[in-house]
Amino acid sequence: MANTVLDTPATEGSLVGKAIKEALFTGVMTLGLFLLYIGFRTDQDISNTPIVYGRPGLLAIFVAIAAVGRFLMVVFVQPLLKARKEAKAAAVVQDREATFFKKHILKFALVALIFYPPVIVSLYGFQGSLKFVDNFGIQILIYVMLAWGLNIVVGLAGLLDLGYVAFYAVGAYSYALLSSYYGLSFWVLLPISGILAAFWGMILGFPVLRLRGDYLAIVTLAFGEIIRLVLINWTDVTKGTFGVSSIPKATLFGIPFDASPNGFAKMFGLPMSSAYYKIFLFYLILVLCLITAYVTIRLRRMPVGRAWEALREDEIACRSLGINTVTTKLTAFSIGAMFGGFAGSFFAARQGFVSPESFVFMESAVILAIVVLGGMGSLTGIAVAAIVMTGGTELLREMEFLKHFFGPDFTPELYRMLLFGLAMVVVMILKPRGFVGSREPSAFLREKKAVSGSFTKEGHG
Amino acid sequence: MIMKVSDSMTSPEDILSVEHLSMRFGGLMAINDLSFTARRGEITALIGPNGAGKTTVFNCITGFYKPTMGMIRMTRQNGEEHLLERLPDFIITRDAKVARTFQNIRLFSGLTVLENLLVAQHNKLMRASGYTLLGLLGSPIYKREAKKAIEKAAHWLERADLLDRADDPAGDLSYGAQRRLEIARAMCTDPELLCLDEPAAGLNPKESLALNTLLRSIRDEGTSLLLIEHDMSVVMEISDHVVVLEYGQKISDGTPEHVKNDPKVIAAYLGVDDDEVDEAISEVESLDGGQGA
Ligand SMILES: Nc1ncnc2c1ncn2[C@@H]1O[C@H](COP(=O)(O)OP(=O)(O)OP(=O)(O)O)[C@@H](O)[C@H]1O
Ligand SMILES: [Mg+2]
Repeated sequence: MANTVLDTPATEGSLVGKAIKEALFTGVMTLGLFLLYIGFRTDQDISNTPIVYGRPGLLAIFVAIAAVGRFLMVVFVQPLLKARKEAKAAAVVQDREATFFKKHILKFALVALIFYPPVIVSLYGFQGSLKFVDNFGIQILIYVMLAWGLNIVVGLAGLLDLGYVAFYAVGAYSYALLSSYYGLSFWVLLPISGILAAFWGMILGFPVLRLRGDYLAIVTLAFGEIIRLVLINWTDVTKGTFGVSSIPKATLFGIPFDASPNGFAKMFGLPMSSAYYKIFLFYLILVLCLITAYVTIRLRRMPVGRAWEALREDEIACRSLGINTVTTKLTAFSIGAMFGGFAGSFFAARQGFVSPESFVFMESAVILAIVVLGGMGSLTGIAVAAIVMTGGTELLREMEFLKHFFGPDFTPELYRMLLFGLAMVVVMILKPRGFVGSREPSAFLREKKAVSGSFTKEGHG
Repeated sequence: MIMKVSDSMTSPEDILSVEHLSMRFGGLMAINDLSFTARRGEITALIGPNGAGKTTVFNCITGFYKPTMGMIRMTRQNGEEHLLERLPDFIITRDAKVARTFQNIRLFSGLTVLENLLVAQHNKLMRASGYTLLGLLGSPIYKREAKKAIEKAAHWLERADLLDRADDPAGDLSYGAQRRLEIARAMCTDPELLCLDEPAAGLNPKESLALNTLLRSIRDEGTSLLLIEHDMSVVMEISDHVVVLEYGQKISDGTPEHVKNDPKVIAAYLGVDDDEVDEAISEVESLDGGQGA
């Protein structure tokens, strides 16, 4: 159907006529499709006899949405897309002019992030800022960090890892257990968690990295589940599904965030509030994210980083150039795991509680979705995708007003996976390489030119 | 595997000697008891009809296949001997200094032309960057080596006539340019033996001529070449020594002149029946006093 529209010359009259025709057709199709699913609802009464209600109103809404949607699609969206495509083909050169904004956008973003907590506090007060700093700030930044960590494995080295959350779990439990059993502080355990996660990355990587493509994906998925099952069943140490609670908080150079006389609030003569700790955590995760980004950017320009990307492009060619692909993959795996471990120990310090529930496969899937949506390999794109995906979830939680439309039982965040699925399909159609599809070369001779996404590969291993 | 030069079978000018090499895929003998040598400082061509097993020989030499039987000995300039059939592929390039290109080009298409050549210098740069650690800390040694690596890449780009494409993605190059880039990339690993699998395939006559010049200059600078080629004009023009394969066996071995006039080779290329070959051979032998075959 789409093609017929694109082929006709778009005179306004014929377009609208065509659109009405297609809208009617779509409406009829929708009616046929949903007549039984939506049009009727079956139930049972006390004596278990079925009752059938008709739901003509709801059916009408579905049909109307489909028909109007098709109409808008044909009249507005398709011509727009077509025009955009043509404009893109014509104006490759104009790209240069946008570079000032592009060049400085990262600095703007960083400044905005640094000033985010004070601005929010001044707008909403300490108590009101909690939600924004915690749910919208820290939560998103954790995912940014996780996705940047996974990006090393998936985006750069092209190794499809479906069990990344395992390393997040290793980091979180390392902090939770070592701090509650041995009383070690956050600052000691942060690097230890990262190292332990990297170590597990190696342990997993060694046998697994001989596999490629789908096989690798399945085994990493299994590894993620194994870690979770161990956490559930090793009850003596991990307390199983109950999880580890009252994990000590992180401290600021030894100053605890509590109500004690040498706590943060008392020390600076401030009124008690839990917001200080959140704001502190916000800056902490921001710094961790920046370290991740910095290391990733530096590594990309090192021989290992280049070897990772070469591995993604063609493993056999790598071997023909004398590159030891096993150690190269292992480094990617363990460095990615290390960042997962850092994020995990931060997560434990923030929640004060960890349980296996936080490390289900869904988390791996969301992190991977962020990497793919953002554009594999691109830090900026991934950050944007993390904001969209995680921020989107939080926004859905906020949409209380939807209850007026759909009744008090309606919980919008239950629909987030549906919406994400939809959003992903749309993004992948419009931007198959993710938000930022091009890659920046790691070295140049005369002029730095971005490499279009159509040349890069996703990797097979 | 490094050994001392002591074996009487090989002379110092043999850079590669293949002895009784066999490769079996299931029921198919892709190579059957093949022995030949490639001499240092020469271009040795490996020719034969489609499916003769030429690429399989390359894959055995460069470690991508483990031969069913036989020995492949690489003698480096400094006297080190490597038994290639026992080494993993990446060590063959790294330590035995044998580099290769592929029949179906294998570039890193999403990396730029320059990056392709930098990846080829991985091992040297890895060492210079202290296995990444010193490099991350901004060590001056690494900076110097990285600069040298770019200079070396630029040198090979110039030789391959790709200098003005240095910052373009490799996948964006024309077919002929991709072939040249693959050769330049292999040369960046500092090989002593360069194995090229049909480098002239798909090139136009002008590009083919430029390739001949490039290959000759590589040879003259001390890198020996082993070359698979179908284009007889290239083979006859530049090779010093030709080995002819058919059905995994050597049917002729000698100078281009010799091979060109070998009735077995003519028969193999023209598709004459076996008994007719024997006839043809005996005819030729009776003519020039049995110095054929
Ligand atoms: N990995 C493999 N598995 C099974 N058979 C193989 C394999 N590789 C090669 N062969 C077979 O070995 C024989 C020789 O193949 P090879 O590719 O070496 O020929 P070639 O001389 O390079 O031919 P061409 O000139 O067409 O490139 C062919 O019959 C091929 O089908
Ligand atoms: Mg071949």
